[in-house]
Amino acid sequence: MTERQHIFDHKKNINRVLRALIALCVVSFAVDFVYHRHVVHPFEALWGFYAIYGFFACVILVLLAKKMRKWLMRSEDYYDRDD
Amino acid sequence: MLLVPIVGAFAVLQLPDGLSVQLTLMSITLEPLRVDQLSRLFGILFHIGAFIGIVFSLHSKDRGQHVAALLYAGSALGAVFAGDLLTLFLFWEMLALTSVFLIFARRTERAYGAGIRYLVIQVISGVLLLAGALMIYHQSGSLSFGHIGLNGAASVLIFIAFGIKCAFPLLHNWLTDAYPEATPTGTVFLSAFTTKVAVYALARSFAGTEILVYIGATMTCFPIFYAVIENDLRRVLAYSMINQIGFMVVGIGLGTALAMNGAIAHAFNDVIFKGLLMMSMGAVLHMTGRMNGSDLGGLYKSMPITTTLCIVGAASISAFPLFSGFVSKSMVMVAVLEEGHPVVWLMLLFASAGVFHHAGIKIPFFAFFAHDSGIRTTEPPLNMLVAMGIAAILCVSIGVYPWVLYDLLPFEMEYSPFDGSHIIAQIQLLVFSAAAFAWLKVANIYPPELHSTNLDIEWLYRRLAPKWIRSIVETMKPAHESVSRVRQKAGKGMMRWILNHYGPEGTLARAWPTGSMVLWVAVLLGASLILYYA
Repeated sequence: MTERQHIFDHKKNINRVLRALIALCVVSFAVDFVYHRHVVHPFEALWGFYAIYGFFACVILVLLAKKMRKWLMRSEDYYDRDD
Repeated sequence: MLLVPIVGAFAVLQLPDGLSVQLTLMSITLEPLRVDQLSRLFGILFHIGAFIGIVFSLHSKDRGQHVAALLYAGSALGAVFAGDLLTLFLFWEMLALTSVFLIFARRTERAYGAGIRYLVIQVISGVLLLAGALMIYHQSGSLSFGHIGLNGAASVLIFIAFGIKCAFPLLHNWLTDAYPEATPTGTVFLSAFTTKVAVYALARSFAGTEILVYIGATMTCFPIFYAVIENDLRRVLAYSMINQIGFMVVGIGLGTALAMNGAIAHAFNDVIFKGLLMMSMGAVLHMTGRMNGSDLGGLYKSMPITTTLCIVGAASISAFPLFSGFVSKSMVMVAVLEEGHPVVWLMLLFASAGVFHHAGIKIPFFAFFAHDSGIRTTEPPLNMLVAMGIAAILCVSIGVYPWVLYDLLPFEMEYSPFDGSHIIAQIQLLVFSAAAFAWLKVANIYPPELHSTNLDIEWLYRRLAPKWIRSIVETMKPAHESVSRVRQKAGKGMMRWILNHYGPEGTLARAWPTGSMVLWVAVLLGASLILYYA
């Protein structure tokens, strides 16, 4: 008996989610051109500051974390072994 | 058991502001009970946390855990209502003693080890607190628990004591070591009390201490790297806790009304949304027996309600507008800018994007979505769902109508989180962070979940120090052995000498014939006669 297919088993739905995400990105970026954000720090005044900062912060975060693994990763029983 | 926090909460609400109970013990004035806005808010918070935790653990028949959890919550309450340092110390240590049983209750090798390490570190924190308190009493004659500030050795000791419980950088490893090893229900309690008592203590004693701003900023940044590469999802949440506490510590360090309120409000919200996240992971652990991102996935198919509730918690911790995190975290962010710390502000912004990444996306994604691990189970027991539901409802209601919380805050301020700029800025930040995750995943750059251990500061006392001690013992071994041998030889020699002289054949103990005895007596008498007259 085949199992009932769930919502994300269909590649179509995953693509729909991704496309919705991209649409959200475009819209929120575009808002910057229409709405004047109240600014405290000069950086904030840049168009799409938060968007770009958020994107690059995450990318840099993940890449650095990956690098960290080279130094810090050990086997799961590293502390349990008694050598 | 459910009635306990409800009755307690009523009692707390009855407490009038400014109530102070004093007693004198051996000529020292103690103030075991002191009520003001700050302690009352934490009092209410802890009752809420305890109630949710108790509902969550109703299914468990482990009485020891229930007792420990209730005592733990009680100790936290005692600590925040303490008016003097000695009472604080008493409850400080009680916190450690009661909570360690929640770790031991898991009954695995790792849990026992982690629990012992946890206990040692927490007790060190208590001892430092006691030492600092005694020094302060000696200097000023008063044990009052109020503003201390960083001046002098005593205050540094207390600062470090608070810092240990608060998970300052380098002193933080106990949190990420012990919390994931506790029981599914235990970690929910653990996450709610110890660190928040420490935050309260910092707010009471070190408000406006500038170094806290930098310590807090560090606290927000370094754990998120670990969170990305950790496999055990509750360890990810533990690192995430350090990140959130960092925001609180920054707020306390700034010291302004807005910043302090932001820190305290964030502590309030954190107990609830962190509790929710811990509960959802606890439910997953309870139903599947697994906690590693590499072993989970596809659970949305069998646990849709838990998935949804987890996502509510994730949205809260990421500070999505209309969820609770947004209304408190933004206060701290605004305060940081207002007080002129642009670098710190950028770090906090980085951390905000980061927390969405590892707690907002990674936790729900790897537990419930991602690749299908093939696990098919059911929703957790009803009490767990109810507890999560209560927390989720609180997250959303505070997020939508924060003034209920704002009115409880101790400092005067005018603040509205719902201005267009903030909301748009936050949405941009979050949406593009999500896009970054999606891109990294699709492009296969995202690091996979692997069974692994990542080294942290604990390596110093779990690997390095034992190695040193062992090698010192090894080098001393020959010396130790030769000392033992000499000791043994000397002992044997002494025994032989004694036997020779006093043993059955020995000169002094032998049975002499009477004749020779008489001869010797005559010789002695003759000698003494001659000597006497000479």
